[in-house]
This record gives sequence, C-alpha cells and structure tokens, in this order.
Amino acid sequence: MSNYTDKIREISERLLKEGRVDMVIGFKQGTMPMMNEPCFVKKPEDVSKLVWDSHCGINLANYLTDRKEKIGVIAKGCDSRNIVTHIIENKIKREQLVIIGVPCKGMIDRRKIASMSDAEILSVAEQNGKVIVKTKDAEKRYERTDLLQKNCALCVHRNPVIYDELAADLVEEQKNVDRYADIREIEAMPPDEKWHLFDDLFSACIRCYACRNACPLCYCPTCFVDESRPQWVGKSTDPIDTKTFHFLRAYHCAGRCTDCGACERACPVGINMRLLTRKLEKDCFESFGWEAGLSLDQRPPLDVYKTNDPEDFIK
Amino acid sequence: MGIEPDRLHFSWISSAESTKFVEVVTGVTEAVRALGPHQKFVKTNVKVA
Ligand code: SF4
Ligand code: SF4
Repeated sequence: MSNYTDKIREISERLLKEGRVDMVIGFKQGTMPMMNEPCFVKKPEDVSKLVWDSHCGINLANYLTDRKEKIGVIAKGCDSRNIVTHIIENKIKREQLVIIGVPCKGMIDRRKIASMSDAEILSVAEQNGKVIVKTKDAEKRYERTDLLQKNCALCVHRNPVIYDELAADLVEEQKNVDRYADIREIEAMPPDEKWHLFDDLFSACIRCYACRNACPLCYCPTCFVDESRPQWVGKSTDPIDTKTFHFLRAYHCAGRCTDCGACERACPVGINMRLLTRKLEKDCFESFGWEAGLSLDQRPPLDVYKTNDPEDFIK
Repeated sequence: MGIEPDRLHFSWISSAESTKFVEVVTGVTEAVRALGPHQKFVKTNVKVA
C-alpha cells in the first residue's frame, strides 16, 4: 500500500508542477483510525499529505460536480465509473480531468473492525494481507479478505475503467461473484414479508441524509426531500416518510449506481440501503444488459428509447 | 417493496381508445377492490395538533 502512496504523490507532484492540473483530489489521513478524509492539494509541496490505504472508501467523484478547474482525481474502480457517469450527465468535462487510476483490492469495513473489540481502536495497519488492529492493551491480526466492505467483496470492477495515469499495476478482477443472492431472496418473499423487512431495515434511520450527501449521483441543487413547495415527502422520522425517502432515493440512482458503497459507509447507524440500489442494478442488468459507468459512448438505459423494448408489464 | 402486484397497473391508452380505457379502468378497479383497502404507506403516527 505504501508504494501506492508514493506513486500517487509522485504523479500528483508532476501534474501540479507541469501545470496540467490546478488541484489534485485525493485522500489524507483522518483524525481517527480508518477515517481517511478527502483532500484537495493545490501546491506541489503539499503532495506529502496524500495517502493511500484500505480506508479510502469515500467516493471522490462526489467532489467533481460542476467544478470549473482542471483537476487530477484519484479513482478506484467504482470512483472511475462514477466519473464516467458524471461526464455522461454533463457534471464535469473529460478534458478537465486527469484521472489517476488506482487498481483496488477492496476497502476495509470499519464497522466490522470496530465491532470486534470493546476497547477504543488506536491504529489499524496492514502487512502482507494481514490487518493489524491495535487497542490500548492488545494487538490483533486478521485476514484482510475477511474484513472487506460488503460492496467490495462483491466487486467485479476493481480496476479503473478510465484513467490517464496509474498508481499501480492492474489487479486481477474477482470472477464468479454472485452479486445478487440476497436480492433474489427478497424478491421471492410475499409482499407482506417484504414490507416488514424494509420496515425493520429503515427503522433506525434518523434522516440525517449522510447517505445522500456521500453519493456522487445526488447532486440536484434542491433535493426532493428538502423541497417544501410542493413538499413531496414528509420530513419526520415517521416510518412511512423514511421509507418514501429511501425508495425514491434508490430510484433516482437506477441505472447510475456503481455500488461504490459510500452511502452505506457514511450512515451513522449502519443501514444497508444498498439492498435497494442493488435491486435496481440487478433489474438494469437483466432487462438492458446495463452496468453503470463502464463507457463514455453508451447512453444509460433510462435516457434512451428503443422500439424493440418488450414493455410486457404494460397492458 | 411490499406492494401487492395487483395493486399497481400500467397501461398505454390513446385518447381514441375509449373502449380500452373503460376496460382497463374496470379491470383495475376490480383488482384493487379484491385486495381491499391499502394499509401500507398510510401514516398511522400522525398527530393532529
Ligand atoms: S447509491 Fe450508494 S453505492 Fe450507489 S453510487 Fe451512490 S453512494 Fe455509491
Ligand atoms: S445515512 Fe443512514 S441514518 Fe442517515 S438518512 Fe441515510 S440511512 Fe438514514
């Protein structure tokens, strides 16, 4: 991982010195373990702030929306797909970007680590596929592969799909991943059971909208949940309002979501709202053979019309 | 998301297809009536001041 950091710094310094970009968007060490923060570097002498490790789960495409500068941006597989989506949706221009691709081996699930110990975690480091977690009086080692974020364990696009520079050699993609086992289970449930499942799933939601804010797809100047004239959805934590928010948020991501997991990662109460976005992802794949953000030349399924669309749900 | 399949219908009817319109509306009404009143997506916690 440290060679990733070195390479990222080297590329960033070069881009800034040559004036090819006005800033580089990457990650810096957070104030707490496992909580790296986005970082905007504008001067070559500041590149030493940039780091790379398994806690860079935030999606940096989120910081590109409507920017006018020339930007170097660090991109994992999923980030790169959201960058493609941003370009397709005219939220940034390809010419403005120098994409520093980072072949990704998956991010570590900070909740999994936190749940394994009662004591405060002082540091989390990595060595040869092992994760070393230090608390005040203990040091424990875990297999890295057991600690991946849920979306990373299911990821089939670890390599950036679009890039100008690479911070490391491309990694092998995971094969034969069954991305939708849990979704199929839910699909098979009778309506009442589904209703109760979502009732439970969202019962802890405090409507903080961290999931929405962390998502690069949610860039509307006024989100439907904030609108008051007309008020599309109630603002309370009434279960119906909460569910309406979640169902609609998920629909707004249909055909666009890359399952980057930034939403789930950001949630203070650990809600797995990806159950909704992945259902839509599955539908888009099955109906239209579509995976979001793989190519700049293809329009997303929800903004094309095809005469051969079977539409057999319409009577 | 927990809505009964028969509660939601999609149809494409031209303004000239009055007979189809009547058929569809009748069909939808019957299907929904058979399911009874919708209990989900109804706010039960609302307090009126
Ligand atoms: S909905 Fe969640 S997983 Fe999908 S792109 Fe947005 S933040 Fe990423
Ligand atoms: S981040 Fe979590 S608590 Fe906040 S609105 Fe989203 S699901 Fe609810």
